[in-house]
Amino acid sequence: MITMKRLQLLGRTGFSFMGDVGRATIILYHSLIGKPDWVNGFTRLVQQIYFVGVLSFVIIALSALFIGMVLGLQGYTILNKFGAEHALGQLIALSLVRELGPVVGALLFAGRAGSALTAEIGLMKTTEQLSSMEMMGVDPLRRIIAPRFWAGQISMPVLALIFNCVAILGGYMVGVEWLGVDNGAFWANMQSAVDFHADVVNGIIKSVVFGTVITWIAVFQGIDCQPTAEGIGRSTTKTVVYASLAVLGLDFFLTAVMFGDT
Amino acid sequence: MKPNSDNLVEIRDLHYSRNAHVVFDGVNITVQRGKVTAVMGPSGCGKTTLLRLIGGQLTPDSGSVIVNGEHIPRLSRERLYEVRRQMGMLFQSGALFSDISVFENVAFPLREHTNLPEAMIRDLVLMKLQAVGLRGARELMPSELSGGMARRVALARALALDPSLIMFDEPFTGQDPISMGVLVQLIRLLNDALKMTTIIVSHDVQETVSIADYIYVIADGHVVGEGTPETLMQEGTGWVQQFMQGLPDGPVPFHYPAQDYSNDLWGASR
Repeated sequence: MITMKRLQLLGRTGFSFMGDVGRATIILYHSLIGKPDWVNGFTRLVQQIYFVGVLSFVIIALSALFIGMVLGLQGYTILNKFGAEHALGQLIALSLVRELGPVVGALLFAGRAGSALTAEIGLMKTTEQLSSMEMMGVDPLRRIIAPRFWAGQISMPVLALIFNCVAILGGYMVGVEWLGVDNGAFWANMQSAVDFHADVVNGIIKSVVFGTVITWIAVFQGIDCQPTAEGIGRSTTKTVVYASLAVLGLDFFLTAVMFGDT
Repeated sequence: MKPNSDNLVEIRDLHYSRNAHVVFDGVNITVQRGKVTAVMGPSGCGKTTLLRLIGGQLTPDSGSVIVNGEHIPRLSRERLYEVRRQMGMLFQSGALFSDISVFENVAFPLREHTNLPEAMIRDLVLMKLQAVGLRGARELMPSELSGGMARRVALARALALDPSLIMFDEPFTGQDPISMGVLVQLIRLLNDALKMTTIIVSHDVQETVSIADYIYVIADGHVVGEGTPETLMQEGTGWVQQFMQGLPDGPVPFHYPAQDYSNDLWGASR
C-alpha cells in the first residue's frame, strides 16, 4: 500500500515536472520567436543588462576577490609543503577559469539577479500589469520576458570573466604581495598552463549555458507564480533552489564532456 | 452563425469551467454598439472571467464569443493581439505600471503601437489626461496616486488608442463618494462623447443602474435576469429583486446551509 502511494506520488511529481518543462518551453518559444523590434528592443535590452548585469557587479567582484585570496592562501600552504609554490598562479587560474568562475559566478547570479527577476515579474503578474499589457495588445512575453532573458544570457559570461580576473588579482595579492611567491613565476606558470581554447573558451561556454538556464528558470517562475504575496515568495525561493541545483548538475555534465578525456 | 452588425459583442451558449467548477453554463449576452451594458451578479459569479473571455485571455469550453465580427477563441495569437488594440480594459486595481510616471503610463500604448512624433504623443496624452481631470498629475508616480486617481489614469490609458469597446472590471469598488461620483459621470460621458461601447461588470447596484442602458444579472452560471434598469428594478423575479434591492434574506438565504440549530447547540452536550 505504501509502495503504491509512493509510486503515485512519483508519477504525480513526474507529470508535474514535465508539465512545467513544457510550459516553460512554450513561454520561451513565444518570447523569442517573431519579428524583432530592433530600435526599441535594443533600448530595453540595455536597460535590462544594467539591472541584471551591472547591478550584480559589486557582489560578483567582492566575492571573487575573497575567493581568490582564499585560493591563494590555501594553495600556497599546500604547495609550499612540496616546495612547489611557484605553481600557485597555475593552480589559481585553472581552478578559476575552468570551474569556480563560471559556477560560483552563476550561483551568485542566481541569488542576486535570478531572484530579482522572478520577484519583479511575479509582482507584475499579481498587480495585473501583465494582463493589462495583454489587453493593450502588447505581448508581455515579447515585451517583458525576452529582453530579460537576453540580458541574463549576455551578462552571465561577462560577469564570469570579471569574476575570474578579480579572483586572480586576489590570489596575486595574497600569494605574491603577501606570502612572497615570485612574481615572474606566478604569471609565467599561469600563462603556460592555461590554454585559451580548452580552458577559457570552455569556461565561457559553461557560463553561457548557466546564464541561459538561470534566466529561463527565473522568468518562468515569475510568470508561472501564484498571484499572491506567498506565491511570489515561493517562486523566488524556487528560482534560487532550482537554478543552483541546475548549475551544479550541468557543471558536472559539461565538465565530463569538456575535460573528461584529458 | 452570422454576427449582427448592430451588436459589437455577441456571446452565445457560452460554457466555461475551471477546476471542475462550472462558471458559465450556457450564457447568452449581447452588447449593442454605442450602449453601456452592465453585467451584474454576486461576488465570485464569474463577472471578471466573462471580461477575460471577451478579451481572449481565457478560452471557453464551448460556445462563441464574437467581438466586432471576430470569433475571439478561434483567432491566432497575432490576430488576437491586433484585435485587442480595439479594446480597452480597466482592471479593478488600475494595473498601472509602477515603475513609470502617469504620463508614461498613458503614453505606453501609443509608443508601442504607433510611430507618432514625440510632440504628438505629448498632445494626445495631455488630451486623455485632461478628459479624466488629471492633466496636472502627469509627473506623479503611480504610488503617489489615490485609488480613485489611479483608476482615472488607467481609464486615460485605456482610451489612448481610441478603442471601440471599453470594459470596466468593478470600477466602483472601494471608492470614496466623490471618486465614485466622478467615475460614474466619466464612464457615461466618455461612452457618449467618444461613441464607444461600454461593458461594466459590477455588484454596485445603484451606481450601475444610474448609467447602464441594459443590464444582465448572472448567478450560478446562468443569466437569471436581463432588461433595462427600470424593468429589472420593478419586474425582476425573486432572486433578481433580492439582488437589486440588496435584501438580506430571500431566495438566497441569510444562513449558510447547516443542520438544525437546536440539534447543533444541544447535540454536543448530549
